[in-house]
Amino acid sequence: MSAIHKVIGTETEFGISVRGAPDFNPVLASSIVVNSYAGLRAKIKWSHEEESPGRDARGFGPEGGLMPDIDGGLVNVVLGNGARFYVDHAHPEYSAPEAFDPLEAALYDKAGEVVVTRAAEGARTLLEEGQSLVIHKNNSDGKGNSYGSHENYLVNRELPFGEIVDFFTTFLVTRQVFTGSGKLGSENGRQTVPFQLTQRADFFEEEVGLETTLKRPIINTRDEPHGDPTKYRRLHVIIGDANMSEVQNLIKLGSAAIILMAIEDGAIPDSLRLANPVDSTWQVSHDLDLTKPLELAEGGTATALELQGRYLEWAKKYAENTDLPESYSQVLTEWEGVLADLEADPLSTADRLDWAAKYRLLLDYRERDDLEWDAPKLKLLALQYHDVDPAKGLHHKLVEAGRIRRLFTPAEVEQAVNEPPERTRAYFRGRSVSKYGDSLVAANWDSLVFDSGEDTLKRVPMMEPLRGTKELVSGLLDSSDDAASLLRALGENDD
Amino acid sequence: MTEREQKRTEKRETEEVVEETQTTEGPQDVAEKIDDLLEEIDSVLEENAEEFVKNYVQKGGE
Repeated sequence: MSAIHKVIGTETEFGISVRGAPDFNPVLASSIVVNSYAGLRAKIKWSHEEESPGRDARGFGPEGGLMPDIDGGLVNVVLGNGARFYVDHAHPEYSAPEAFDPLEAALYDKAGEVVVTRAAEGARTLLEEGQSLVIHKNNSDGKGNSYGSHENYLVNRELPFGEIVDFFTTFLVTRQVFTGSGKLGSENGRQTVPFQLTQRADFFEEEVGLETTLKRPIINTRDEPHGDPTKYRRLHVIIGDANMSEVQNLIKLGSAAIILMAIEDGAIPDSLRLANPVDSTWQVSHDLDLTKPLELAEGGTATALELQGRYLEWAKKYAENTDLPESYSQVLTEWEGVLADLEADPLSTADRLDWAAKYRLLLDYRERDDLEWDAPKLKLLALQYHDVDPAKGLHHKLVEAGRIRRLFTPAEVEQAVNEPPERTRAYFRGRSVSKYGDSLVAANWDSLVFDSGEDTLKRVPMMEPLRGTKELVSGLLDSSDDAASLLRALGENDD
Repeated sequence: MTEREQKRTEKRETEEVVEETQTTEGPQDVAEKIDDLLEEIDSVLEENAEEFVKNYVQKGGE
């Protein structure tokens, strides 16, 4: 068995509320937002034929009761950039298109903030005078409710799932030092702290499992490959915060991808198993000094930073012997830099980590206004950090002030809002939406269904995430003026 | 120290030197900058912090 290319995609459920109408139904508000997006899009049915969120990677069958409530007949659009934008439960959700590498995944994640900001702006006319939508890219309301930010990595089906559990768990627990978006206080009955690294750690209660909404597991076993099930897994990572920082997202996605490839290639020599992974999860998040010793299963202790140092060394060694896409060298440099800076002075990472930037801001306010940790103003600052609106969001204000580094230019983000990635099947999906949107009736990650005016609907399967690329299909798309001619051309050419 | 670490250290030192020669800011200037930033943030904060935070309740998701 060997490592396969890491196609990466993120999913973000955004917090939503209505200024001037606190009791506004969140499902309705989310529907209004998704419906109001006026950019390139096709409003179509999302087909669940190939989806089975109840299937367990450990080999259990689908359990009753998990399937309903997923679709709900709610609003669903597919965007010209290949993303899915829809209502999931009571949140607008942006599922980014499949990206070729971590840098591109971070870019399309940022594009999602622009999409939802514009959609909320477009919804203004549908609300009453004095009402306006507020969208937060966060994962907790501070009152015990959490909503997700999920990462997806394409993994070789031949890798036994048990090896992911053995070799990836400690990585996920300890990476929180650089993946957290920061949170005031604690939730879910965890011990009281003034501030912690992550939004999500308090909510994780199991080591391995299928759930995402209760008893959340560190390793999620949902087995929906969204591709050829004989060749691929899609590892669904639910233990992460939504990040606004671009650099942080690059480190988060890139480090996980490279460690997964190293696991596939047998290049992680030690599982570094923790004695209590679940307790360690919140302990790492609650430890602002980053010095907490974690108990290891084999005896002894190590801090999260020390354990991350081991993963970094293995990743560097692995990268030296492997032909990886170019952006991985940037990942390794940033990863090494952030670990060194966290070791020397955690707050020195306020120029790239959301938790540190937020903590720094709260400390500045405490000093200026002499505020206690439970002051409503601090709670508002911590929340408004995540407002996606550039005019209101405090992350945006810190970026404008030059206190947080960016990776992407506004022009690059704008292109990602409108155009799909070129090196994955998202290219075929996005361009089909832009060019033949009126003839598209249903979509899924691994298929598109066209109505080209003939007797039957035509389904185009896309079981290979690295096909349907610009290189392979741009000629076909350029030369086909309508869906009927595209389908004819596809019939003659098997790509 | 490996060669890569050596390079990294050198690079950092160079960056720091450049920063020192370019900036003439004293601690007072830094404090003023922070004050300016906080004032700008004050101007965009939601009205009535207590109310806004109290009303911020999200249904579960995922």
